[in-house]
Amino acid sequence: MPATARQPASHPRPEAIRIEGLRKSFGPLEVLKGVSLRACEGDVVAIIGGSGSGKSTMLRCINFLETPSSGRIVIGGEEIALRADGTPASRKQIEKARQSLGMVFQQFNLWTHKTILENLIEVPVHVLGTPKADAVARARKLLARVGLAEKESAYPAFLSGGQQQRAAIARALAIEPRAMLFDEPTSALDPELVGEVLGVIRDLAAEGRTMILVTHEMKFAREVASHVIYLHNGVVEEEGPPDALFGSPKSDRLKQFLKSVA
Amino acid sequence: MTGALALGSTLDLLAYSPPGWGANLLRGLWNSVLIALGAFGLGLVIGTAGAYGKLYGGPVTRDLLAVYTTVVRAVPELVLILILYFAVTDVVNQLLVAWGQSRIQISGVAAGITVLGVVQGAYATEVLRGAILAVPAGQIEAARAMGMPPFLLARRITLPAMLSFAIPGLANLWLVATKDTALLAVVGFGELTQETRQAAGTTKAFFTFFLAAGVLYLALSLVSGVIFGRIEKWARRGQPNVGGSGR
Ligand SMILES: Nc1ncnc2c1ncn2[C@@H]1O[C@H](COP(=O)(O)OP(=O)(O)O)[C@@H](O)[C@H]1O
Ligand SMILES: [Mg+2]
Repeated sequence: MPATARQPASHPRPEAIRIEGLRKSFGPLEVLKGVSLRACEGDVVAIIGGSGSGKSTMLRCINFLETPSSGRIVIGGEEIALRADGTPASRKQIEKARQSLGMVFQQFNLWTHKTILENLIEVPVHVLGTPKADAVARARKLLARVGLAEKESAYPAFLSGGQQQRAAIARALAIEPRAMLFDEPTSALDPELVGEVLGVIRDLAAEGRTMILVTHEMKFAREVASHVIYLHNGVVEEEGPPDALFGSPKSDRLKQFLKSVA
Repeated sequence: MTGALALGSTLDLLAYSPPGWGANLLRGLWNSVLIALGAFGLGLVIGTAGAYGKLYGGPVTRDLLAVYTTVVRAVPELVLILILYFAVTDVVNQLLVAWGQSRIQISGVAAGITVLGVVQGAYATEVLRGAILAVPAGQIEAARAMGMPPFLLARRITLPAMLSFAIPGLANLWLVATKDTALLAVVGFGELTQETRQAAGTTKAFFTFFLAAGVLYLALSLVSGVIFGRIEKWARRGQPNVGGSGR
């Protein structure tokens, strides 16, 4: 059963990710102008918006691939300590937070000099200290799950885009993350390969994975998200449950945006 | 008849045991290879540190590295060898004397490796810097995003990934290293060229000995080519074949 329109549970669930008043500038260009987001465990938060609205930057600030200019970031109840200029105070704390967040990129970013299986066990074995045999067993289960069981010895360059992205999702899952971060996971794919990747993400949503998903696939966002954020020019222009946001958008900008992508 | 005689005497000259000079030439070759290996290895260490320093270091580090690579690559190696060998020996000994120690004779191998290693390091810095830049940024970012600490990331991801881009340049550097060992003849070190000079000077059979030395250098280069070809093939294991290797 798909996770269609899951309602926030009435009893409080533990919070997974919280962003408050996040600002980010690249030189003189302010890309995020005080955005906030909260995801409890099991939530699927979709971030939508036009190109250049700051979606990727917002997502990348969560695991500090971009350094925020100001604001608060709390991962699993632990606030990331920032200096006055927004840079993280402790590299160790950032690394620990990152190890609990599985990121999936638009361009897959698999390590091309490693086989698919080696890609999956790299961080578990060398960073998290998982015994190799355990990591391999777990990686094989994940590969079977994303339909790549027979590709474990292949190198990424020999796989289709859809297969590479499924492998990248399995690699992110291999660190047993608290939450998954997706940055337009299907935007680099040929249209006929989009479905297989969305299928995998849909399954993850259905099993109650916490996810933050930047996407241009509006139908998909409406189907799997528990909460949708519409970003415009670095500001959260409108947010709410998917049916409300897509069914009866309030702001003219969102109406216009939805018309333009329909 | 004279032809056969000439051939016979040539073989005598090159014979392994005295009065033939074969053993001397091979000892020279061995010293050359030893120094080239040492210099190449030292160059790789300096080059890796230099490349990371140039890419990620602070402004002072970058400036110092820029001076290093510029100067070393601008000045002829022969001059550098003379400067480094004599000047460094002199400075070391002056320091030793100042501390009340006795003077030392720096071993030819150690001096050769150090001098050529410093030269190799300057070129390797640039080769490796370019190769690291050729690694798709997303692959490094993916490792960072999963919490890989910087040193591990370099060792597990960046350096192996850049290898395929670096190998052609490094293979060139290795060949330069083998040939640059000949420059150490000027400081009297017994590598292949020096041994050849001695044999030729003593016997007056210049043509024979320098031809033999040329053949040995060529053989070294051919063997090196095969080895680097293997390494390149391994380094490119994840990449679909486009065109052939450099050989
Ligand atoms: N590293 C960077 N340096 C300078 N400007 C950047 C950088 N990354 C993103 N930007 C700018 O920030 C804005 C938002 O980018 P991004 O978050 O990627 O938008 P989106 O993902 O919504 O398309 C864009 O105008 C983009 O040009
Ligand atoms: Mg983007």
